[in-house]
Amino acid sequence: MRHDHLTSAKQLSRADIESVLDRAAEIDADPAAFGDRHRDAVLGLCFYEPSTRTKMSFETAIKRLGGDAVDMGTVESSSVTKGESLADTARVVEGYADALVLRHPSEGAAKMVSEFVDVPLLNAGDGAGHHPTQTLLDLYTIRENAGLDDLTIGIMGDLKYGRTVHSLAYALTNFDADQHFVSPESLKLPRSVRYDLHDSGANVREHTDLDAVLSSLDVLYVTRIQRERFPDENEYRAVAGEYGIDLETLESARDDLTVMHPLPRVDEIAPEVDGTDYATYFEQAHNGVPVRMALLDQLLEADR
Amino acid sequence: MSDHELRVSKIRDGTVIDHIRAGQALNVLAILGIRGASGETVSVGMNVPSDRMASKDIVKVEGRELSQDEVDVLSLIAPEATINIVREYEVVEKQQLESPDRVVGVLSCPNRNCITNADEPVETAFDVLADGVRCEYCETIVRDDLASHIAVE
Repeated sequence: MRHDHLTSAKQLSRADIESVLDRAAEIDADPAAFGDRHRDAVLGLCFYEPSTRTKMSFETAIKRLGGDAVDMGTVESSSVTKGESLADTARVVEGYADALVLRHPSEGAAKMVSEFVDVPLLNAGDGAGHHPTQTLLDLYTIRENAGLDDLTIGIMGDLKYGRTVHSLAYALTNFDADQHFVSPESLKLPRSVRYDLHDSGANVREHTDLDAVLSSLDVLYVTRIQRERFPDENEYRAVAGEYGIDLETLESARDDLTVMHPLPRVDEIAPEVDGTDYATYFEQAHNGVPVRMALLDQLLEADR
Repeated sequence: MSDHELRVSKIRDGTVIDHIRAGQALNVLAILGIRGASGETVSVGMNVPSDRMASKDIVKVEGRELSQDEVDVLSLIAPEATINIVREYEVVEKQQLESPDRVVGVLSCPNRNCITNADEPVETAFDVLADGVRCEYCETIVRDDLASHIAVE
């Protein structure tokens, strides 16, 4: 990958993706070989929203490459509370770090910051927009478990606001993948995402019922339906129940189905699924470290 | 139309924007930032009978020629309009509108959660699609009623 910012999965070509995933596989096979690669590198973490997996795996990734991280901390403890703009904060922090990781609640935040900073910027989630580094680890997990070509994938849950869904759907257009989107009417893919998928000629189908496609799937990617998207508790409960899975749901699935989830989950996947061969979501979360190591390794290498 | 039927007088130097889709004249004024306080002489005809369009709006602005940015945005809300540059009562240049590739700093994004609506030092920017515009930041597509998204200073 060339030295650049990564703000959207749309920037990633098939060759870019395969190059990161191949590097991640090398790292997975022999992590110690990469332990000294970026001894003096500092990664700046700017998280304007809560995060466990993304933030900790970036921190682990840079440390396992021999570098270190500096963290803005919570919004409440930073200069944001004094009214500093995001553009200013980013320009300050770039002076402390060799690359920046940004999570922000507004769509387009990472694109805007990329216009202000010279060090590589990684978008770790911008509102309901994009989450391209999650996509890379999702693709890595899919490649390890089912393969990325000749793939039939179901993506279920909050397709409207789910940034992991948007980024994954774009990235899969680089591969020979049939994408089935399963959601309630009110949480279907947004117009902008559908526009891009059609534009790329992707094979996309939308459903309101998982049963219509479950038996044909290689991968089922489940996402969380958020309570705050619904006007009342009853409506939320009804929808959340319908778009969750348990052992009974999975009776009609193929034996080699891979079940993924970007986590955190609430009720979408019953704990009884965790012990089955379907469950791949914890492995998926762990893959965040080698994949982010691979991405940082390439970006910092190009930046030297 | 013969001279005795003229509803608005000829201008000496300035711009005549003709064949505006009926009902859009006030939006054209908004794009040009004309609210009456800045002193330009402006004539507006609304729902004027037209051979070409059944009825049309027309705007004449004395002493002003339009910038490319203004022409670009006009093309989005009044694609059929023609622009006549007038000097010494004569039309010296006629311009058909062409859709630009992008418009910067003129439309506001309807997505309230877009970074361009936060208090940040960034101008709005939209790519122009065949049937609408798309925010370059949050990627929201706007197809209907572009005029209501004009960011008036």
